[in-house]
Amino acid sequence: MSSPATELAPKKAPLFPLDKKARKIVTDPLSDNNPVTVQVLGICSALAVTVRVDKALVMAAAVIAVLAVSNIVISLIRDKIPPAIRIIVQLSVIASLVIVVDQFLKAYMYELSKELSVFIGLIITNCIIMGRAEAFAMANPPWQSFLDGLGNGFGYGAILVLIAIGRELLGSGKLLGFQVVPDAVYAMGYSNMGLMVLPPGAFILLGLLIWAQRTWTGYSEAT
Amino acid sequence: MEAYLSLAVKSIFVENILLAYFLGMCSFLACSKKVETATGLGLAVIFVLTVTAPLNWLLNTFLLKEGALAWAGLPDVDLSFLSFITFIATIAATVQLVEMVLDRFSPALYNALGIFLPLIAVNCSILGTSLFMQEREYDLGETLVFGFSSGVGWALAIVAMAAIRYKLRYSNVPEGLRGLGITMLMTGLMSVAFMAFAGIKL
Repeated sequence: MSSPATELAPKKAPLFPLDKKARKIVTDPLSDNNPVTVQVLGICSALAVTVRVDKALVMAAAVIAVLAVSNIVISLIRDKIPPAIRIIVQLSVIASLVIVVDQFLKAYMYELSKELSVFIGLIITNCIIMGRAEAFAMANPPWQSFLDGLGNGFGYGAILVLIAIGRELLGSGKLLGFQVVPDAVYAMGYSNMGLMVLPPGAFILLGLLIWAQRTWTGYSEAT
Repeated sequence: MEAYLSLAVKSIFVENILLAYFLGMCSFLACSKKVETATGLGLAVIFVLTVTAPLNWLLNTFLLKEGALAWAGLPDVDLSFLSFITFIATIAATVQLVEMVLDRFSPALYNALGIFLPLIAVNCSILGTSLFMQEREYDLGETLVFGFSSGVGWALAIVAMAAIRYKLRYSNVPEGLRGLGITMLMTGLMSVAFMAFAGIKL
């Protein structure tokens, strides 16, 4: 016999690190509910920084850091934010975090931060961060929000790195700056696909990736 | 005058803010299902960009840039690390202001644009334009032209996409490709087409 008390217990008990529900919060956004391919958030930067894998990795790390911390902060102050000005409050929390990340990159990875140029600043308006703050952190306690931030950050990073691998490999025959396609193949008449380095390559590759991912998970969009 | 014209052509066609820099993709994907909505949003973006880019230029030149505070007797102060938060605050405030002014003086336009205005505050193309303006060190005139023509380029792209998606309803797209996937592929093709403008110089 299941008494109401035992059924209520898990809800009232503090959330243990990585119990089943917490694990679901982290793993769900990796594929089934991926922020880029399913929720359609954060496409802008997913395309712009994927010419090379190293840029994509730095960008993914920056987004994961900002997303996790902003989710915690917004979740902590969620009861004190007046609903009418919550967008401004969220924006200023996010913008402050992005400034920290930007200064960090300028101090330790100056060359890369120059190449990423405005796209670090554009993390502020990356819809993933606003979207998760609004949809999750405003309604959940800090620990879960942190996990949600991590999960979505990694889901975003995964797509970013996948596209970057495709673009760098096909576009310049390299990975992380090292040549992967052997010279013998070039000698046989293979040449790099210049289109992949240009913007259209990113759009087309992401389109194909979305197709593959949705066929795999069986997600379908009503048109 | 010629320089301005060339900058305008460059930012509308050659370096279209959406198709070459991927800015403003989210609202582009979400609001390109109907031509009317797309036109409304496009006009709102043009307007907000034309206002915020010069405003942020003023802030950048007289408050934030290294040595910008010389007029206040503080030539060594460099506040440029504050530019992200300043720009986004300007944008959010402008959007709010535009919303209130429109509501008061032109209810018809407000109703047409109403729901899109708050969305614009988090449209990356707006912040992106201000950041590009700062990075490329445009002067005030160039900033005005750049802001306006970036908006025109964005509006052009979203209206064209809405028209294509309208046609697309009658075609048989594979299951997993429907919606986002096919839109992405079409944007890619559109971007190829816009690349044909590269090399045009006035």
